[in-house]
Amino acid sequence: MKALLWQGVNELSVGEVPDPTMRNEQDAIIRVRKTVTCGSDLHLLGGYIPFMERGDVLGHEFLGEVVEVGPQVRKHKVGDRVVVCSFVSCGRCWYCQQQQYSLCDNGNTNPAITENVWGFAPGGCYGYSHALGGFAGSHAEYIRVPYADQGAFTVPDGVSDERALFASDAAPTGWMGADLGGVKAGDVVAVWGAGGVGQMAARAAVLLGAERVIIIDRFANRLQMAEKYLGVEALNYQTQDVGSELLERSGGRGPDVCIEAVGMESHSTGPQYLYDQVKQQLRLESDRPIAAREAIYHCRKGGSVFLLGVYANLVDKFPLGAVMNKGLTLRGAQQHGHRYIPMLLERMARGELVTEHLATHTMPLDEAPQGYNMFKNKLDGCVRAVFEPA
Amino acid sequence: MKALVKAAVVTLGGLVLRRFLLPSGRHGPWQQAPLTRREPRWHVVTVNPARDELTPDSPLPEPLAGLGDAVDVRIRRAAGDRGIELAVRLRDGAQSPVTAGARRLAGRDPNQAIRAALREAKQLLETGEVLHPDFPPTTQPTVVNKPLQMATRQGRREGRL
Repeated sequence: MKALLWQGVNELSVGEVPDPTMRNEQDAIIRVRKTVTCGSDLHLLGGYIPFMERGDVLGHEFLGEVVEVGPQVRKHKVGDRVVVCSFVSCGRCWYCQQQQYSLCDNGNTNPAITENVWGFAPGGCYGYSHALGGFAGSHAEYIRVPYADQGAFTVPDGVSDERALFASDAAPTGWMGADLGGVKAGDVVAVWGAGGVGQMAARAAVLLGAERVIIIDRFANRLQMAEKYLGVEALNYQTQDVGSELLERSGGRGPDVCIEAVGMESHSTGPQYLYDQVKQQLRLESDRPIAAREAIYHCRKGGSVFLLGVYANLVDKFPLGAVMNKGLTLRGAQQHGHRYIPMLLERMARGELVTEHLATHTMPLDEAPQGYNMFKNKLDGCVRAVFEPA
Repeated sequence: MKALVKAAVVTLGGLVLRRFLLPSGRHGPWQQAPLTRREPRWHVVTVNPARDELTPDSPLPEPLAGLGDAVDVRIRRAAGDRGIELAVRLRDGAQSPVTAGARRLAGRDPNQAIRAALREAKQLLETGEVLHPDFPPTTQPTVVNKPLQMATRQGRREGRL
C-alpha cells in the first residue's frame, strides 16, 4: 500500500510498504479516508524525538472505514465509518478504568524506552515513534487498530468526515485541557497557541462556561479564525504585550486557567527564544518551554496551568518558584480521548463544535510531503493539511 | 544540523548500551546508582481485578508458569483495592555485573524473561490477549538506527519493571 514515510530528519517521501495485518483478535483494519497533520508530528520530523526509524509511517489523527475485524471485536463491523483515538489503550487496566486512557498499562508494545526516560510508560500512539509502541501511522491507505472496540468510534450519520476527523485528536486533546484544567462558569481562560489543539481548547472553555477566553498566537490568520469560528478574543504576541493585555482583560487578577497548546518548539519575540534555540540545537535541553514559562508567569494566584503541548524530556529555566509561591496547580497529559470522543461527536452533530475550518488544505496522499512543508512553514495560511489516501 | 542529530543518536546509543551493561534498578539517569543488593530483587506488576481468575491461591498464568522453579512468585492483594500484585524474583540470581551485562546484551538474562512474562501475564489477565507489534515492519535497517532497533527488540524485556 501507499504511505507517507519518515526518511530522516526533515525528509519525507511517499512509498510502498506492506499492508497491515491482523495481529490480535481485538484488532480491526481501517481503510483511511482522511488523515491530518498535527503539530506534534513536527517534533518527529525535526528529529527532536530520536526514536524514529527510516520507513516509519507518520500520522495519528484519522477517520476511515472498517474493512476487517478480529473475532473478539464486538462493537464494529465491516463498513462502519469510524474515527479512531490517536492513543492505543486497552480500556481495562486501572488507568483506563480511571479514564486516564493515554496512561494505559497495556497499549505500548515497547515500554522499556519510556520507562527509562520518564519513569513509567504511557500507552501507545499511532505513528509516533518506537517510544510509543512503533505502531504504523495513519498517513497510509490502511491502518491496523488494536483494541478496536475501545479506540474506534462510529461516526453519527449527520456528522461529515471533515468535521469528525478532528474528533480523533485535536478536539479531545483541547477538551481535556479545559476540562482537567478545571475551567468553570465565569472563568477567564488564556490559551497559548491557535493551532488546531489550541482552538479546540478555547472552544471547549467557551462551552464549559468560561466568561472570557483569550487565545494567543503570532499568526494573524489563525487569530482571525479563532475569533470568527470560536467566539473568543485574540491576542497577537508580536504586536501586543501579553502580560499587560491579560492583566487588563482579567481585572488585574490574571487568568484563572492557562492552557499551553504549543509544546517543545515554541517561539517568542524576546532573547529567551535565541537562548532556548541554541540550547536545544546543542541538545543541552530537549525542549523549548517558552509558552509554558509564560503561562505559569501570567496565571493568577491559585490558578491552574495545563500543558497540552507535547514535551519530550528536559527543559531549562523552568519557573518552579512561581508554581510553588503562587500556589498553582500544574497538570499535563497526552489526550484521554476515549473519555471525550462520544460526547464530542454528539456536540459535532448538534453543531456546537465545528472543526472544518481547521482543514485549510486538502490533498491526495501523494502530495503529503508538500503538505507537511506548507504545514511546518505556515505557508499559504496552512493550519492543518488533510490527506486523502483513496 | 544533521551532524548534530547524528551525534545525538550516537550518544543515545551509548546511553542505551550503558543501560544494558549496568544492572537494572529504580534509579533515573540523573540520580545516584542504587546500593548493591545481595539478593535478587522482586519484579512486581499490579493487575486490575476486572477478571476474577487471579487469587493468591490460583494457578499461575501461563507466561509465569513457564518460568518454572527458577523463580519465586508472590501474589497478594494490592493496597487501596487496586487489584492483585504479582511479584517474581530469581531464586538464585547472584551474578557479577560483567556477567549480568553480557547476558543482557545477548538477551539471555533471566530477569529479562521475568519482565516479559510479568507484562504478558498482566495483559492476558486484564485484556485476554498479549498485544503484538505491527508486522511486517515498514522500516529499513540503517547504521544510525541500530541502537534503537536493539532497544526495541528488548521492548518488553527491559525497562524499570
